[in-house]
Formats: sequence, structure tokens, C-alpha cells
Amino acid sequence: MSDQARILKFQIFRYNPLKPGDKPRMVTYEVTEAPGMTIFIALNDIRENQDPSLQFDFVCRAGICGSCGMVVNGRPDLACRTLTSKFPDGEIKLLPLPGFELIGDLSVNTGKFMRAMSERVESWIHDVNADEVNYDKLEERMDPDVADQIYELERCVECGCCVSACATKRMRPDFLSAVGFMRLARYSLDPRDKRTDEEFYEIIGDDDGVFGCMTLLGCEDYCPKDLPHQTQIAYLRRKMVQVR
Amino acid sequence: MKVIYTDSLIIGGGLAGLRVAIAAKQRGYESIILSLIPAKRSHSAAAQGGMQASLGACVKGVGDDEDVHFGDTVKGSDWGCDQDVARMFVNTAPKAIRQLAAWGVPWSRVQGGDRDVIINGEKVTITEKHEAQGLITARDFGGTKKWRTCFTSDGTGHTMLYAMDNKAIQMEIPVHERKEAIALIHEDGVCNGAIVRDLITGELIAYVAKATTIATGGYGRLYSVSTNAVISEGIGTAIALETGIATLGNMEAVQFHPTAIVPVGILTTEGCRGDGGLLLDKDGYRFMPDYEPDKKELASRDVVSRRMTEHMRKGKGVTSRYGDHLWLDITLLGRKHIEKNLREVKEICEYFLGIDPVKEYIPVRPTQHYSMGGVRTKATGESPTMKGLFSAGEAACWDMHGFNRLGGNSVAETVVAGMIVGEYVADHCAANALKVSTATIELFMKKEEKKITDLLVRDYGENPFELKTQMQKIMMDKVGIFRNGEDLAQAVEELKVLNQRAKNIALRNRISSSNPELVEAIRVPKMIKMAQCVAYGALLRTESRGAHAREDYPERNDRDWLKRTLTTWTDESSDLPEVAYENLDVMRMEMPPGSRGYGVDNTVHHPDTEKRVAQVEEIKKANPTADRHEMQELLNPLTIPEKFKGKNERIGRGYK
Repeated sequence: MSDQARILKFQIFRYNPLKPGDKPRMVTYEVTEAPGMTIFIALNDIRENQDPSLQFDFVCRAGICGSCGMVVNGRPDLACRTLTSKFPDGEIKLLPLPGFELIGDLSVNTGKFMRAMSERVESWIHDVNADEVNYDKLEERMDPDVADQIYELERCVECGCCVSACATKRMRPDFLSAVGFMRLARYSLDPRDKRTDEEFYEIIGDDDGVFGCMTLLGCEDYCPKDLPHQTQIAYLRRKMVQVR
Repeated sequence: MKVIYTDSLIIGGGLAGLRVAIAAKQRGYESIILSLIPAKRSHSAAAQGGMQASLGACVKGVGDDEDVHFGDTVKGSDWGCDQDVARMFVNTAPKAIRQLAAWGVPWSRVQGGDRDVIINGEKVTITEKHEAQGLITARDFGGTKKWRTCFTSDGTGHTMLYAMDNKAIQMEIPVHERKEAIALIHEDGVCNGAIVRDLITGELIAYVAKATTIATGGYGRLYSVSTNAVISEGIGTAIALETGIATLGNMEAVQFHPTAIVPVGILTTEGCRGDGGLLLDKDGYRFMPDYEPDKKELASRDVVSRRMTEHMRKGKGVTSRYGDHLWLDITLLGRKHIEKNLREVKEICEYFLGIDPVKEYIPVRPTQHYSMGGVRTKATGESPTMKGLFSAGEAACWDMHGFNRLGGNSVAETVVAGMIVGEYVADHCAANALKVSTATIELFMKKEEKKITDLLVRDYGENPFELKTQMQKIMMDKVGIFRNGEDLAQAVEELKVLNQRAKNIALRNRISSSNPELVEAIRVPKMIKMAQCVAYGALLRTESRGAHAREDYPERNDRDWLKRTLTTWTDESSDLPEVAYENLDVMRMEMPPGSRGYGVDNTVHHPDTEKRVAQVEEIKKANPTADRHEMQELLNPLTIPEKFKGKNERIGRGYK
């Protein structure tokens, strides 16, 4: 890279629904690129030095908390770990994730969606004895490989990229989406969760569930954590077909 | 005026806050959690390496128990911790981890038979016991005698937080997201809840509760470069300070983690070194054995951070455009291990550094990481000076960490404190009626409304972002790893000026609803006060203890400084906090002060130390048949909630 700093051109979606009379629009900001600059750094630079009203969400800024999903040059992704050097022409267009309630500018309410998803799939261990466990005793044993497999599916950070990349979700507003399937697959794999396939069927055995998926697999393509969405959706489908 | 009533109000939706809410709800008390963000995005998720609990199931953990964990924790704290609390903690940690296992955390498990590991740079084959197959395993971490840090790959905090939040969802505990507590409501020395700003609508809401728990994490973002999430700004702790009644403990105790990547300061877990990674200098030379021949890379965090800094000061750092750094080498662990147990580290290296840590070294240097200080509490988690105010987790100075926290003891604290403090919160709710006049609520509401209105109408004034940057730079340059009187005195003076300037903030974006600049304007004056507490406490403490290292006072001075710093801010117009001290009672210590075993021991001893050592010996001699549990009862009798009193079982050892 040459030492001559580039001027980056950010086109950013601006709209504050709480501001009377405000209209959605794209606004262009110029930022001098610094070595190792991420979209996190650039957006903070814009907020601090050009427009203090700019709304966006970052928490960990390390790609692990899932707060900063946004559409970066047409792709849903985690903004915090996206280096500006990735874009050869220095033009970066940012839009909020579709499929979620807009709070303002690049900030969307993924939290509300994810809580509802967790309630819908009952995202917890179902075991009537779980609260009766004597924690002084040795814990229940688990096959080490099964523990590792559960962790693989539990790496989801609820960023919402899969929801935004999902064509089925566009057509079916109540579609559970990959994040929900992944969560359910995680619990169905977990021997501690005593739910039966019939019970899982009650949650996902319809067109807003796993049978509605058109298998365009935007989830698989855009998941920042490279979770095996395709395999898990196929697995759940096969499992659910066998129920009835 | 909008008022929301509940039994138990919890500020902060990370592991500690969630666990307190769960405990209170289990006992039948309505709980509401306030969070800046969705709970699952809390900074707890960033804890990579693991949680300490003395299960002793893996072969390198055999012989571990509460006593060994206690010894490591007290030593790690440089004898600055509250030993009663450390005891409660180590005895409860095994229960906490087993409960989390039942709630869904996929802890990595013991695989019986041979496996290859890297110890001290060498490949070694260890043999796990078949009878331990499937029990929770552990890895090595710094400052510990045994392999005690339980983990799920390097996403431990993530899996713990998800299990905990899912449990809270199951229990129908509401999390009010995007809400910020900006002041505590209190009357006659009793806390009655908080004034809360809705970060979307800007509305102010009074949350009124019998018990209010601050669980907002640490204050790492007082520094320019920190491993902490951007929300770890210490605001929960600051609103306790602003009551003028609640005290903060040991604010100068700030930990620097040896291995954050350069320049952005994102953490690479201690698990890298625990699993066998090495620190190398610009010549590719492994320097830690020269400084700490015994523990090497796995000395306690404060020690490793100082040794790295010393080594760089000798000109052995790698120069870069971002200043000097050293190398973390995990290439010797091999691809398979890295992709299984250090995958977050690998992702971070790929995305932020563009390197593959399987083949390349990682540029690292010590970076602000953890706040040992926080809201001072009793062992119950309640403020000693303000009734009804509780605190748990990193936000609190419950004080199991003293002046240096061990790796793996932070997430462990969050859940253990959550369990224990949660019981006391429930006890408090049972024993107390909600008594607060609406006039008081209104008074606090009006005061906050006025502050915000003033900000929105002021035409000219200070830029909050600039004030914050200046504060962070002062802390970075003058209140860092090595400290000295001259720099600290300057920092204190410069921060005083910022404190005054922060009273005159003006905004460019003058709307009361969702407005990041207004959020900043509300927070920055609080952050500056917090920074003043840290800097002033550091200036006054003329000794070196744990992470507080004074170049002009290099010795640990138990004679004059075996005490906890207590900071209050009673006069709102004052430009400096008030600092007082409480003595740690050597004569009650289960483990009297001794040497940590790093470098030269130059401790100035406390006059009581020798007496207490002799007394402990006498007690041991007088009770030759006492087992370790009975001995602990004799040396350090504990008050702990009944449900956590049971002995912990271990494989091959039973309840002994």
C-alpha cells in the first residue's frame, strides 16, 4: 500500500423516524483512510467530526457480539471487522439491515426480533428436573464430541445477517429464519434437552417454519460465523418429515 | 411522570445482572433488567478463555480444590482482596459451573486417554483418566497452580451468556433494552431505584424498586486503548458515586492484559499462553523465562504485562508505526488445536490483522483490560453506606480480586456473585417494604430533566467527544502500567480542568430523542469523575501492589497500605473526590500476607503478619485431626446462604 492516504467515500442511509418531517435519503461523507481502518473506526470518525447525529450500533468492535450487522456494498455483514482496504475503489455504501424495525440510520432493532425468536423456539433446556439438580455432585457426563458439536451450532451471534439475506423472509413476514432453525437444531442435538421431535414439529413444522424455506440459502452465503445453515435446515426438514 | 415499579431493579444485562435477576425471580420477586443493548450482546460475551472452578477432573487438575483456588486468588490479588469474599467465591464456583452445565453451556469435556499438549514450548503427551470421561475439563491459565479454567473453545463468555439469557427468557424476566440509568433515586440513605433514559425516544422514566443492583461492568473505556467493549464506560459505577453516599473501592486498581493485538487493542485470550503459546521479542527470542524462571509466560497478568513493558523499554520491542510491540507465537500449537480451541483468536487475526496465526506471529502489547475497582459492597453485595443499593460483577468492588484479578476469575465472579448477591437481594426484598415519597422521585426526575434541557439549549460550549478523547489520553499516558508521582499529579490536575470544562458542554445536534451526541454529553462528565477517582487514588497510594505499580515506590508496603481505598464525591461542585481508607485486618486473614513468588520480594511487612502466621500455625497444631473443611471453619468461618453450604464432589476424591 502506498503511503498516500486515500479519501474514502461513504454513502450512508439517513433517516430518523422520530424526527418530524425527516425523509429517507443517502448522504455522502468523505473520510481520510488510515492504516487498518475498519468501518467501525470510519463511522465513529464521521460521527465525531462531521455529523454527531449519525446512528449506528457497535459494542464489542471485535466481531463477537453481533451488534453491527449492516448492508455493506450490498452484502449483509459485520461492519466492525470489515476493513476499508477491502474496497479497491474506496466507495462504501451502507444501509441498515432489512427485515428489522428501523431505529434510525444504520441502527435496527435486532434485540426485539431475537428475543421473540428465542421465545418462539423456547430457546432453553427443557428438562423438568433441571432445577432439582444437586450442584454439589459431579455434573452429568457428556460425550466430548457432542459438546463440541453443540458449540459449533451455538456460535451464532444473533447479528441478523441471515434474516436480511433471506428471500423467504421477504415473502413471509413471520418466517422463523435461519437464526431460529440454527437455535432449534442446537437444542435438538443437546441430550440435556428432553423435547421430542413431535414437540419440535409444533414449533417449525409449517410454512413459517422449516417447510417454508425456499432454499435460496442467503443465510449460508452471508453468515459471518460460517455456520452450517444449509446442512442444519436440511437435517431439520428430514427430521420433521419423519414426524408426520 | 412515568413511573415503573418492581421489587428488584437490575442495571446491566450481562452475566452478573442476569444471574441476580434469576435469583430474585426464583425467590418470587419481580425483577426488571435495564440494558443499553440486547442482553446477549453484553461484554460478558467477550470473555474468551474460560471460567475458573476447581473441579479437578482433567489430569492436570488432579489435587485441585477450593483451598488451592483460594490460595491462587489471594496471592493473585497481592493480598489486597477480602478473604471472606474470596472464600465464598471459591467454595461456590464449582456449583455455579455445574448449574450452568445443567442450563445448557456446552463445556468442553474430558476425553479419556492420551493427548498431546504443549507445555513450556515442548510437546508432551498427557493421559486423561478414563473414569473422568465426559466430565468438564479445564485448561491452564496464568497464576494458577492447577489447570482449572473450564472452557468452550475460546467462546466461553458467549456460551455462558447465551445460557444465562436463555434461562432469564424462560423465566419471563423482562429486559428493557436500550435504556440507560443516568441517576439513582435515594432518600434518607436508602436507594429506591433509578432515573432512566430511553435511548430511542429520549423519554425519562423513573424505575422504582426495593433493591437496585448495579451490574454494568468495568470502566476500561476511560483509556484510549482498551480490550473492553465500547459500552464499558463505568456509567453504572458513576451514578453510584454521584449519590455522594455510596462509596467506590480501589478505583486505582486497573488491570492491563498482556496480549491485545496492535493497534486496535482487541483481546487474544490468555488461553493462547495457557495452551502453550510463547512471547517473543524482536529477535524471536523467548524472554519471559529470563524474568520469571518459574512461571514464565504464565505468571500473573500484572507481572507479565510489566515484564513485557520492561523488555520493550530495553529496546527489544518490534518497532511499528503504532509504537513498539512484542510477538505472541501460537504457531507451535498447530492448526488442529487452533481451529478447535482458539478459533475466535484465529478469526480476529484474520479479519483485523490479515494474518494466519497458524503460520504467523501475532503483534501484541499490554492493554487496559479489567477494573478491579468499582462500587464498594459488603460480602452480601450491598453498599455499606447506602441501603438497598447492590452491585455485582466487574462493576462491584465485592473484592475478591484485590489489586490483580486472575484470568478466568472474572466470568466466574459474575455468576458466583450473581448467585450469592441475588440471594441477599431477595432477602432484602423480603424484609423491606418499598418506602419512597413521590416528591423524591419527582425531585430526581426534575433534576435530570433540567440537565438535559440545559444541554439542549446551550448555544456555545465544549464538544463532548473532544473532552472524552483528552481524558482518555491523560489516562493512557499518565495512569498506565507503570506509574509515578509526577505523572499522576499532572493527570490529577489536568482532569480537574476537564471536570470544569465538562460543565459547559454544548451540542450540535439538539434533539432530545435518539441522539448519540446527547448520550455522550450525559456520559462524559461522569466518566471524567471516574477517571479522577482512578488517577487521584493512584497518586495517593505510595506503594506497588498488584496491577498498581509505582516506579517511585516499587515495594509492596503492607505496613502502611494494607488497606482498601474508598472514594466518595459528596460535594457536587467540588473538582476532586474525597478519599478515605479501610484497613484489611491481618488478624482475621485465613492466609496471612506472604510473597507471591515473582521477582525479588521487597515487601514491607505489616506488624501483625508475624503474629497471625504464628496464630495460624498454633490453630493447626491444636487441631491435628481437623480435615481441610474443619480447618477452614476454624481459620475463616463463613456466612454464606444456606443453599451454597454443601461440600463439592470431585472425581476420585468424593467430598473430601
